[in-house]
This record gives sequence, C-alpha cells and structure tokens, in this order.
Amino acid sequence: MSLHHIDGLDLGIDELEDEAVEIIREVAAESRNPVLLFSGGKDSAVLLHLAWKAFRPGRIPFPVMHVDTGHNFDEVLDYRDRMVESYGVRLVIASVQESIDSGRVVEDPSPRSSRNRLQSVTLLDAIAKHEFSAAFGGGRRDEDKARAKERIISFRDRFGQWEPRNQRPEPWNILNTRTRQGEHVRAFPLSNWTELDVWRYIGRERIELPDIYFSHRRVVVERDGMLLGVGGPVVPEPGESVRELVVRYRTVGDASCTGAVISSASTVDEVIAEVAAARITERGATRADDNFSDSAMEDRKREGYF
Amino acid sequence: MVLRIATAGSVDDGKSTLIGRLLHDTKTVFEDQLRAVERASLRYGDGSTNLALLTDGLRAEREQGITIDVAYRFFGTPRRTFVVADTPGHAQYTRNMVTGASVSDVAIVLVDARVGPSEQTKRHLFICSLLGVQRVVVAVNKMDLVDWSRTVFDDIVAEVTEHIGLLPYPLEVDSIPLSALLGENVVDRGSMMPWYEGPSLLEHLEDIEPRRSEASGARLAVQYVIRPHGVEHHDYRGFAGRLFGGSLAVGDEVTVLPGGRTSKISALSRAGVDVFEAQAGQSIAVQLVDDIDVGRGDVIVPSSPALPLVADEFLADISWMSESVLSEGSRWTIKHNSRTLRAIVTSVRHRYDVLGGSVAPTDRLELNDLGVVSIATTAPLVWEPYDRRRSGGAAILMDEATGMTVGAIMLRDRISS
Repeated sequence: MSLHHIDGLDLGIDELEDEAVEIIREVAAESRNPVLLFSGGKDSAVLLHLAWKAFRPGRIPFPVMHVDTGHNFDEVLDYRDRMVESYGVRLVIASVQESIDSGRVVEDPSPRSSRNRLQSVTLLDAIAKHEFSAAFGGGRRDEDKARAKERIISFRDRFGQWEPRNQRPEPWNILNTRTRQGEHVRAFPLSNWTELDVWRYIGRERIELPDIYFSHRRVVVERDGMLLGVGGPVVPEPGESVRELVVRYRTVGDASCTGAVISSASTVDEVIAEVAAARITERGATRADDNFSDSAMEDRKREGYF
Repeated sequence: MVLRIATAGSVDDGKSTLIGRLLHDTKTVFEDQLRAVERASLRYGDGSTNLALLTDGLRAEREQGITIDVAYRFFGTPRRTFVVADTPGHAQYTRNMVTGASVSDVAIVLVDARVGPSEQTKRHLFICSLLGVQRVVVAVNKMDLVDWSRTVFDDIVAEVTEHIGLLPYPLEVDSIPLSALLGENVVDRGSMMPWYEGPSLLEHLEDIEPRRSEASGARLAVQYVIRPHGVEHHDYRGFAGRLFGGSLAVGDEVTVLPGGRTSKISALSRAGVDVFEAQAGQSIAVQLVDDIDVGRGDVIVPSSPALPLVADEFLADISWMSESVLSEGSRWTIKHNSRTLRAIVTSVRHRYDVLGGSVAPTDRLELNDLGVVSIATTAPLVWEPYDRRRSGGAAILMDEATGMTVGAIMLRDRISS
C-alpha cells in the first residue's frame, strides 16, 4: 500500500505479497473450479508468479485463461506461451473472434472500433462453458474510482453481472467464495497494490515481461490524445499525424485502444523511477476505453468486464 | 507502518469533502483525476471544484450526492501511509460501517459544528466500540459556519465524552476543530482558531499509535495442505496459512488444535521460500517431523505457554446484514478463520440501542440491527474472546441456500453446557 510520488516510504511489498498469497490459497481451498485470468499484462504476470509461490513446491492447482481479442501485440502472444510453459500451468484460450464468428457478438464495423468491450461476452461464455466458479483477476483499487469500491471477492450473478449495491460485505477480510450453479466470483489478490508496488515487485522477483513495457521505437498515430501503435486494427485515417517515436506501454490491452507513452525507460529500475514521478494515472494516460465517460469502468464492470 | 482508518458519514457532514481534502492537499490526486472531478463539478452544477467527487465513485453516488458503499482510498506523507475505508453513515448502511470498522486501527468520526453529535455520529461511535476500534478522532467540521467558536467546540466535546460513557466497550477519543471546505486544520494548522493548540488532523494521524491490543502467542490456521505429486517431493506435506500473534521457528514444539496432537516443526517457508523463522503476518507453510493428520481448519500453535480455547457454544455480539430475519433456532453456515461449519442460533437475547447505548430484550434481529445472541457450532472452534484477539473471535455467518454473507460475529464468551 503505497504512493506513487513519495520516495523513501516503507512500501510494504512483503505485506502485500503475504496478503495476496493468503487470498490465492483461500480461493483455491474453497472454490470448486477456479481459473486465473492471464492477459500477458504486468498485473497478470505478477498474479501468476504469486500463484506459483503460494503452492511451491507443488504445482499451481488451477488453469490460466487468456481472453484473446485477436487484436494482440505479437510480443504478448509469444510471451504468454513462454510463461505458461515455465510456470507449468494449463492454458485455456477464449477467443473473441469465435464469439464474432458464431454471432454471439457483433463487431462495430467502424475502423475506430475496439474489441475491448466485446471481451466481456467471450469471458462470461468461457466461464460458463468451463463451469469456472472463481476467476482470479489483477484488478487494483487504485486503478479507477469504481474499482475502489470493489471487494476482494466480488460476486457475479447467473448473468455474470456485477451489482455494486448487492456486494457481499467482507468484515475482517474473511472471504466468502460460495456460489450456486451458474454463479461465480472474481477474486482480486492485488486489490491493495498500486502501479508502483507492481513494478517494484517485478524488479525484486525478476519477473519477465513482454518487451513492449520497455522503451522502443514504434510508428504511432495520434488519436483522441493518445498514441496508438500503427498496424493490425489501427489504420491511420486521412489527416492524422503518423510518426515514429520512442515509446513504451504502461498497460497492455486490446491493441486498438491501448496507447503508448513517450518514454526512454528501458529497464525495470528506469520504469520504477518514471512511475514514481508520474502525475497521471496509467488508465488516464493510456486507455481510450476509460476516458469515454465518467463511469465507463463502472458500466463495463456491471456487464461482466474484468 | 500503514495506518488503517475508518470514516463514516454523509455529504451533509462534509465527510467526502474532508477525505477529498486529505487526498488533494497531500498531493495524492493525479492530474487526470482532478480534471475529471472539475468536469463533473460543472456537470452536477457545483460552483467550485467539489472535492467530494474524488471519493464518490459510483454514478448513483455522484448523482445523489451520497456515499453508498465502502471505498478504499490510499494516501500518504513522507512519514506514513494511510488506507481509508470510507463508508456511508445512515442506519441502512450499518453493515458497511461494520465492515469498514472491522479492518481499521483508527476511526475519524465527523460532527457538524452547527448541529452537534448527530444520530450518525453516535451510530459510528457505537460501532467503533463494538468492533474494537479503540482510537477515535472526533473531527468537528464546519467550524467556519459557527464563527470558529471555542464554546461550540467545547460543548460538542463534552457531549461526545458523555455519550462515550454509555458505550459497551471503551474508546479513547481526541477531538479536533476544523473546516474541510477551507482546509483549516486538515493538513496544515490554520490561523482562524488561535485558542486551539493541538495538531492538525493529518499531524495527529501521523503521530497516533494504534492500540493493537492483540494477545501474544502464534496461531496458524491451516488454509491449504500443499502435497506435490512428484517423485522429488514425494513426502512433502506443507500446512499453509497466514501466521498471527507471534513467530514460529524450525525445531519448535507445536500442538494441532482442536485435536491436540503434538509434533515439532521440521521446515518452514514464507511465500514458497525456505526460512528458519517466520513472523506474524507472513503467509507460510509448515512441515512437521511426525506424519500426523492435519487438515484445513486445524490450528497449529506453540505447545507452550497457553493454548487457546476450544469450545462449541458461545455468547456473541452480532451485526445482522441480511434482509431475512434472524430468529431463534435458525441454522446457518459459520466461517471462523479457515474453518467452515454449520451453526445454530440457540437464542436471540438483546438488541442494542445504538443511539442510547442500552440493550432491549428481543427474540429476532432485522437488517442492520446490532445485538447479542448465543450460538452453537456442530464441531469445536479454536477461539479467543474478540477483545483479546480480533482474529480469535471474528466470524461471519452465511446463508446455506444462497451463500450470501448475512452476519458479522464477535465471539465474547463461551457457554458451558
């Protein structure tokens, strides 16, 4: 539990690790069929590493699931497969493209559309198909004001929906993972971590990340105040400014709506220094989906988003 | 060390404004968050930037100008990091206040200087008392609207002190006059109240020593048994859980409760890394010398000095959180540490009068009632009275059919049959 702009605090990384390991073990012990949501982003990388530590020298007793939007950064897919291999865990893939092909969702044909919101349907379909009773996610309370209201164990009804007025109280952080047929819970072991905590932990534990988190040259187009990498779903429109810049990513999501930031930070230590000095939140800086409206995250969470 | 703070109240008290002010003046607010609040302030018709919008995160909260749920906020100074569990203060949100207080070291109780201690103030003080939040800061807000009057402040402090005498468990209270709207005495000491010589709210929070009057003695409630199925670790059995109340080291003699079998620690790991000694708060796994039967829900403790209590019938305080009624003879699922059992409420004894501090006999409790019950479990719990050790006496009740959490329980005493 720490702050982004203050140096020299006791950041309590050990305490956060203890808390996360406790949550992971508790859900694994209580819930019938858990799964860990793995996007290839830094938060899910930390989550996977914590799950590995929680059950050492045994294996992670649940699979990981990647919700594949089809709009991935190539580096992230390679990275995902390497991590699954080295942590010795089973991978389940849920494909947004399959949801589109089967008519479960309809893609907005405009060139600026994002598949980010479509993911919720694919995710919920996969949870239902595999009968997962609990899904670990890397969500953190410092990310967004709707997330600040989130429980560690977040109950989802038979429609996969989050109803903020109907959340289970968590006195003393005693966790209640009970579900009936068709219901599930989301579990957030990183609830009390900040972006800086995540980076410090990555540095301390030497957790490997996709290269796009570090400074590199990339052709980008400036759109809605964000820098989007050109290629795949992102096609420059007439009149848009296209440049090659030295950038990195602060979050990794659907390539069509995740922006890069100008940065020369090429090592974990340099990223930590940059994050510590930042005055803009990672979602404010890089996610078009959250800037859409004041309650964009709340609305997506109600629909079953991560 | 992190200081965990509970707040309760509504926009009427200026609570969200006060927290917004703490976040803003400690420079915890990011530029894009502040810009979003400025935009929202215009949209909701507030004249100036409404700092309350920093904490009211849900759309309904912003539209109605109220706090609905528990929100967790982080802020800090070079001296300390703070986590605020921010909850609404109205009676219908008692369960949220209980939840916020259950994880806090200190509570900030707000009083509007114009009206004095309100129902919400008294309710929050009662909940702090019941939940064992022993350090309370009474923030007398809106002093600017009473001409910074010392008499007004002194009268409110006297009234609060009198009320605290009525509460079931002791509270230690400090009072600070302030104006959240103008920032007076919130982060910096102001100049409007020269008669007040104490610290600002933030200075006080930086200095305060939480009263964590936890009993000593290590307790490891086993969450999970790690059993690798490889040749390499064929004989490995790790009893995993979070350690509380003391340390454990390789070689220590231990007893497994409630069964009472004894053994010795042969190896220890913390978050998967081998260690010789483990400290309170750490997530560990213990290996034992002897091949004895240990499972989830068992508690591993040092064999000396004092063993915790084992019992199956209790007198308990309860916060009822469900719309269904709690009646005598009703059956539930109880979760206490890592043990989940069936339980029966054998009698409903009293309902607390939260505003007056007294108790009234009853045979049923309804949503947001606080009361006293006796409860029996189908098998023994390894427990300690709540006021001696929170984790020894804290439990939740769940509805067997729906799985919902319906009650928060503080075990106070055993009932011998």
